[in-house]
Amino acid sequence: MKPIIAVEGLSKRYRIGGRQLHNSLRDTVAGLVRAPFNRFKKNGSANTIWALDDVSFEITPGEVVGIIGRNGAGKSTLLKILSQITRPTKGRVALNGRVGSLLEVGTGFHSELTGRENVFLNGAILGMKRAEIQRKFDEIVAFAETEKFLDTPVKHYSSGMTVRLAFAVAAHLEPEILIIDEVLTIGDAEFQKKCLGKMNEVTRAGRTVLFVSHDLNAINSTCERALLLHEGKIVLSGVTADVTRYYLDHTNNMYSPITWTALPGSDATEVKLNSIRLVQNGASTSAINCREAFDIHIDYQINEVVRGSRFFLIFRNERGEVIFTTSDYDVLSAEAMTRKTGRFLSRVEVPGGLLKTGGYYGSLGMDIKDDRVIFAADDAFHFDVFEPEDDVQAGRHKRPGAISPLLSWEISELH
Amino acid sequence: MNTTESQTNLTATGSQLQTTSTPDVFEDAKILIDARDAALGLHLRELWNYRELLYFLTWRDIKLRYKQTALGAAWVIIQPLFTMLLFTLFFGKLARMPSDNVPYPLFAYAGLVPWTFFSNAITNSGQSLVGNSTLISKVYFPRIYIPAGAVGAGLLDFAIASALLLPMLVYYDITITWRILLLPAFALLATILALGVGMWLAALNVRYRDVRYAIPFLVQLWLFASPVIYPASIVPLKWRWLLAANPVTGVIEGFRASILGKEFDVSTILSSVIVSSLILTFSFFAFRRVEDSFADVV
Repeated sequence: MKPIIAVEGLSKRYRIGGRQLHNSLRDTVAGLVRAPFNRFKKNGSANTIWALDDVSFEITPGEVVGIIGRNGAGKSTLLKILSQITRPTKGRVALNGRVGSLLEVGTGFHSELTGRENVFLNGAILGMKRAEIQRKFDEIVAFAETEKFLDTPVKHYSSGMTVRLAFAVAAHLEPEILIIDEVLTIGDAEFQKKCLGKMNEVTRAGRTVLFVSHDLNAINSTCERALLLHEGKIVLSGVTADVTRYYLDHTNNMYSPITWTALPGSDATEVKLNSIRLVQNGASTSAINCREAFDIHIDYQINEVVRGSRFFLIFRNERGEVIFTTSDYDVLSAEAMTRKTGRFLSRVEVPGGLLKTGGYYGSLGMDIKDDRVIFAADDAFHFDVFEPEDDVQAGRHKRPGAISPLLSWEISELH
Repeated sequence: MNTTESQTNLTATGSQLQTTSTPDVFEDAKILIDARDAALGLHLRELWNYRELLYFLTWRDIKLRYKQTALGAAWVIIQPLFTMLLFTLFFGKLARMPSDNVPYPLFAYAGLVPWTFFSNAITNSGQSLVGNSTLISKVYFPRIYIPAGAVGAGLLDFAIASALLLPMLVYYDITITWRILLLPAFALLATILALGVGMWLAALNVRYRDVRYAIPFLVQLWLFASPVIYPASIVPLKWRWLLAANPVTGVIEGFRASILGKEFDVSTILSSVIVSSLILTFSFFAFRRVEDSFADVV
């Protein structure tokens, strides 16, 4: 059969820190002046990464394909190219049908507008005609179960309600190719089931679905085929169960011990950040076993004595929500806050049995209280938290809440 | 499952890809994304398919414009009306600015209505892409409709502010002539010019955030370079061509002449039509050339 999606030699290069470099005209001019000198630097290419590197595959109509891989493996980049949000650096893609993409649902929603207004606006953004939206309006609202709040501004909606409505709009787009990125991570279990059901319905109607999720169970139950991406390349393509098992088996090995260096935003004259490492059980890693504690090692150089400075670490989950923030200011003495010149290692332990499974982004910064920020390295490092065994305890990651702590419960009989 | 097994699977799928991939898949594709394309296609068909989006984005901008403001839509007339009062006081009364034998308040307001539309339109559309950055980085649609919607949303304000001219004409006892029929034509000219400038500023703003700071400055300079406060007739003849080279001159003078029933300065208007069309064509092509990279830099 003729493929509905054909991808050939697809590659995408990103400039790291390119945003910061070209945000203002002044920087560009400064960049031009600096450029001749950069050529003499040996690691000039260190500023670019290949988010996708020579990826080729084909998908036949009606297939439901899961795309898995750790953070930064290139999943989102692939979907962004397929949904024409960004252009590839190399390679080409043939699409034989209308593409509907659901990248982080609800982005087309405006909080000041009502649910009804947002359905129309979002539908139009996704490429629906007004008549089409009108025809499907009741169905969309019924699916989202938000009839009562149709004329309420979306800013008063719960996040679950927003997602339901957004998913409903996108699911009724009826594209030949539906691209779904991490939608089912929000919303309650019942609605997730409903969404999966809708997806199955979509596929029965002969439509093709590309589905990205961290939830391997969802991938297993919906997709017949899966692609495993790692560092921009397809590592494995095949029957879903095989690919997910391979992914789980290799979670540790594939996550080569990582040291984050050359961090954008970390260049300050007083302090130079050398590297950040995550260490669990004595080994550097970016795959964290959720049951056990891990250390964050910050290696830095103090060039000038800085008084009253403090490190702060901010942890965000994949949806950008801050999970927690920590600072050495909380525990260190005033003398320790005065940094002498030299090279140092700061270590902080994050306890086990605390974080939910999923991807995390860590930002590291240093500031002087009530004065100024010395440096701020946004999303300086990232890691995945996984549950080593699928047993009773794993269920806690599915409960509502930002963290899933293993707390001690005691029972004592009262006389 | 062990590694060797999966490796075999991998090679199997690999070879399968080799055999099924035929070049004609790419030749017959409904949508082809090719890195080698210079992105010069204008995709006019796609613009047409998404045409209703322009309506929705315009409507959204109008809806949101005065949300959570105490005076709401009254801002539409407050802005030109108060500027008119200010101008009348300082330029009309104190500086005794000539106004082609028209009462100065009317003269100023007739110029301020198209000017307010134009300056708001380029300011709003200039900011529009950056303001909608999440949308741009998540969903695909012709990006051109974002700045276009921002300009379109200003048209309603323009119409309301223009309607206020009628009672003023009656009050100052000005005869309405056939020339008023050309008013929509000048509104169209103002729209074309605002689209051209706004689209270009919007695209530039994505890459250079300097634009954000430059726009208010540009608007201020442009106001003084256009005959809003003063009539074109006070400019010495030998410099008149310079004033006419500014496309806003034709818009303001034409708009004013059609309301006040004065002779049209055909050459100035013609020059404005040509310059505005050139700007719109230029920025349309420029926008199309860079819009693919918006999601990466915004």
